[in-house]
Amino acid sequence: MGYGAIVIGVSSGGLKALGEILPSLPQNYPIPIVIVQHLSPRSDGYWIESMDKICKLFVKEADEKEKIERGNIYMAPANYHLLVEQDRTFSLSTDAKVNFARPSIDVLFESAAEVYGKELIGLILTGSNSDGALGLKKIKEEGGLTIVQDPETAESSSMPAHAISTSSVDHILPLEGIQKLLIRLGERD
Amino acid sequence: MAAKDSTEIEIDLLLEAIYQKYGYDFRQYSDAHIKRRIMNRMVLAGYNTVSEMQFQLLHNKSFANELLNDLSITVTEMFRDPGFYRSVREKIVPILKTYPFIKIWHAGCSTGEEVYSMAILLTEEGLMERTTIYATDFNQRALDEAKQGIFSNNLIKEYTSNYQVSGGRSSFSDYYTADENMAIIGQNLKKNIVWANHNLVTDSVFAEVHMILCRNVLIYFKRELQNKVHQMFYESLINGGVLCLGSKEGMYFSELKDVYQELDRKQKIFKKKY
Repeated sequence: MGYGAIVIGVSSGGLKALGEILPSLPQNYPIPIVIVQHLSPRSDGYWIESMDKICKLFVKEADEKEKIERGNIYMAPANYHLLVEQDRTFSLSTDAKVNFARPSIDVLFESAAEVYGKELIGLILTGSNSDGALGLKKIKEEGGLTIVQDPETAESSSMPAHAISTSSVDHILPLEGIQKLLIRLGERD
Repeated sequence: MAAKDSTEIEIDLLLEAIYQKYGYDFRQYSDAHIKRRIMNRMVLAGYNTVSEMQFQLLHNKSFANELLNDLSITVTEMFRDPGFYRSVREKIVPILKTYPFIKIWHAGCSTGEEVYSMAILLTEEGLMERTTIYATDFNQRALDEAKQGIFSNNLIKEYTSNYQVSGGRSSFSDYYTADENMAIIGQNLKKNIVWANHNLVTDSVFAEVHMILCRNVLIYFKRELQNKVHQMFYESLINGGVLCLGSKEGMYFSELKDVYQELDRKQKIFKKKY
């Protein structure tokens, strides 16, 4: 069975964690990746350009109504929630903050789970809050695959720990293990 | 066509009922957004299915009001996206200065924070005296709140920072009177603002104007409805008039993108070609 998308939620310590995982993914990686990284509402997107320079895949900010396609890594824009529509395009929303966050990981994960069902991979990385736990639970309920960074190895353990205590997670791994697993999952496609 | 799941059918029926009974048309709003808002209300109100809410919607006025309010996003702030207001000062004000009188339509103004921000900016640029701002929204509750011009004191710090970053020329405190809890917008800022109920989805062209602001409203619409509203904006603007969208809203998919010239790509400011 092929996977349709990978959604990643990450907060404090995220740029470093993403910087270890994303550049290792090969250019022909067959699964699109969508990321919510908690950021200052005034963040200007410079970090997206920096990430693009070190990745083989194309890293870009998700545009409203844009079609989700393989070969791309999409980042939620600062100060907007990012949602996935049934036709596998993006929606943006300035709706109230969820878990004190906009973009919220739960909002992305829950809407993506509705669309991709068991074709979805959900991944929670370092962060010092509880966002993403309910979203990951929803992915699991819809039959998707769930992965969490081992809290012992995370720069901030709180977000992974919350995710693990909220639902039964398929894989708990350090960054290196996550990187290898993602590459392997891509090769099956 | 693949079979829809029950919840999606129920949501379609709920939106149909809202339209037929209350006249608000959410049928062409993006699905993921609408579903999230409806499911939130369902959980908050303690129902297990959307169908149970259908009964409440039709027979319980106060529940219907709650739900309608949920479907209208009222999140806003003074000088939201300060970079946008800086660009208004630098790129739009010189254009507005060439007109003897100025009409601005702020569509989807919600609780009015951005309308007052524009009134402050135009006052500082010496233009407010000859400007009329038509501020419209379909949400009457939000409009009533907007007219009051009252906001919570604990937002002042953030608003002051936004104002300064946006290139404000005075002190933000010049524009309101505050007590311990509340701040009230000065009366002279309100003079040339006309508040009106207008629904972008179901109503037609509003007036001929020099500038339209519609920020973070079209993101909730499906493409076809976006195009319809863009057509209405195009018809409302004078030649050379300016259209301002939200910072993540483009004209990428609009059939009208070629009839505008980009004044500021990043801030999504467009000028109607002659």
